[in-house]
Amino acid sequence: MTLYCRGCAVQSRQRGQRAGASGARLTRDDVAAWEHFEHGADIGVRGIGATLAEAFEQAALALTAVLTDPAGVIPRTSVGIRCAAPDDEVLLVDWLNALVYEMATRRMLFGRFGVTIEGHALAGEAWGEPVDVARHRPAVEVKGATYTALSIARHADGNWVAQCVVDV
Amino acid sequence: MDPGRLTRISDYQWQMPRQGAMRVPGIIYADEALIRGMDDKVWQQVANVASLPGIVGASYAMPDAHWGYGFPIGGVAAFDPDEGGVVSAGGVGFDISCGVRTLLTGMTLAEIAPRKAALADTLYAAIPAGVGSTGALRLGPAAMDAMLTGGARWAVAEGYGRPEDLDRVEEGGAMAGADPRQVSDHAKRRQRDEMGTLGSGNHYLEVQHVVEIFDRAAARDFGLAVGAVVVSIHCGSRGLGHQIGTEFLREMALAARDLGIDLPDRELACAPIRSATGERYLGAMRAAINCALANRQILTHLTRAAFRSVYPGARLDLLYDVSHNTCKVEEHVVAGRRRRLFVHRKGATRAFGPGHPDLPPALQASGQPVLIGGSMGTASYVLAGTAASMREAFGSACHGAGRSMSRHEATRHWQGRHVVDELAARGVLIRSPSLRGVAEEAPGAYKDVAAVVDAAARAQLARKVARLEPVVCVKG
Repeated sequence: MTLYCRGCAVQSRQRGQRAGASGARLTRDDVAAWEHFEHGADIGVRGIGATLAEAFEQAALALTAVLTDPAGVIPRTSVGIRCAAPDDEVLLVDWLNALVYEMATRRMLFGRFGVTIEGHALAGEAWGEPVDVARHRPAVEVKGATYTALSIARHADGNWVAQCVVDV
Repeated sequence: MDPGRLTRISDYQWQMPRQGAMRVPGIIYADEALIRGMDDKVWQQVANVASLPGIVGASYAMPDAHWGYGFPIGGVAAFDPDEGGVVSAGGVGFDISCGVRTLLTGMTLAEIAPRKAALADTLYAAIPAGVGSTGALRLGPAAMDAMLTGGARWAVAEGYGRPEDLDRVEEGGAMAGADPRQVSDHAKRRQRDEMGTLGSGNHYLEVQHVVEIFDRAAARDFGLAVGAVVVSIHCGSRGLGHQIGTEFLREMALAARDLGIDLPDRELACAPIRSATGERYLGAMRAAINCALANRQILTHLTRAAFRSVYPGARLDLLYDVSHNTCKVEEHVVAGRRRRLFVHRKGATRAFGPGHPDLPPALQASGQPVLIGGSMGTASYVLAGTAASMREAFGSACHGAGRSMSRHEATRHWQGRHVVDELAARGVLIRSPSLRGVAEEAPGAYKDVAAVVDAAARAQLARKVARLEPVVCVKG
């Protein structure tokens, strides 16, 4: 498995060893990955997966990594999330914004995600725990997911990439 | 940005001639070096804003303009409802009414210095800051609606601050036309525990001292003198504003086609001012402005209490409170005709000139204080509004330095602990729950605020009054 991590997303990759600790879902073909990309004042989140749903799960990990290392979030409890949108791009923004809302109102961080997508409707689950400032050392809260650099694409190798910029 | 793409009107004013879908020209206020440092996307975003229905005069960019969402950060645009003008959730942004207020301690650096560390620790303990922090106040449904209608006035009535504070807040502390019914349950829920919190990112509470005075008369009017210590608070409408921005951006982006608006960028999401969606957004956005004003008022109260516990008797009078991300109804004279316009300022400060009727008597002679935040470790400035800005840019000026480096790049350059230690060696005490957050906000990750302020002054958008340097900074 290739896992991109915060701070090394653009220049290098960090492989495998943190996957188990992060709770990231290992996949049959080991393509699941997330990364951040540069945006002037804010941060871009990108998820890569063998399926659209997996790309959404990975994008959610990238969202968590804006705040803290996802590997340090213990999946104690889960929160169910449902959203529907007119297209997959808006669905990604809705999914990430639903997580922003749950993080803010429950004072939780999430380190593991499960997503199924049918049509343009998503049923998801996020596992995590309450924010522990001393342990998580959260850097910055996310105000919202945006439509900037928003795209859903299926590459020639069959893998899905889902991305957008988040406002911090 | 290549200055060759622009027409130089003066050394500090550049025009983007109308082309393509632009209904009006673009105007960028900056010197050539700042223009060269701007992302090409600023050019595109200024042009995109110029294409929106009902825009009046020009699409403006302030000297600190940088790539934003739909509008550039540092973008100003006014719309006329009589000409099909729009209101844009993207043009206001997520952090509605994010702004700065500055308090005058009435003390000098020499008086503060002996107990500076105790002050830093006391402020850090008193001001909820950072991810997951909550305020002491919990608002039920009725109190929430009263806050959303009353803003800082509500906060003062609840015992947070003093009645005389309200003269020193835009709109007298309460934005008219707020409609709490247009604020979703999600937005209210997100705010329930966040009243009186600072937030994170570039938000801060900073104790500063005046190191230079540029305009003696205005400085006297503003209560500023070399050595004087002030407190500046930078934060916004917290989760409520973010949620309103999120919800209306989506609704407006999806509805634009049905409303006959061709959006060159989904982040320009907007609706006609005279439409059901436009009116609902205005009601909700104004409620979020009140939330921001109430939040800064509560933080003011907490700051005063913390100060008094270290320096008994400290008063901390409010100099002024400015908002950056707003759409406000204002009267402006355009081509000799007085018009009622919906002025969007995205990462830009209202800068009303001397004699403006919305200013309190004590500020009539000098004009509105324009509070320019730096980043921890760098200077901040107090400017004053000008008659020229009223004529040329709907009474607007810059709002801060703007980032020159992404957060990732900053963490590659600096470690939070080193930033804290280096600043401490220079006499600046940082208190923050997150060292990574400190690294991301390192002073070197921001543009030179002095260059931005000089360009604004030379373009006559505002007059320089005072330069401030930090003493203590509480970062979220």
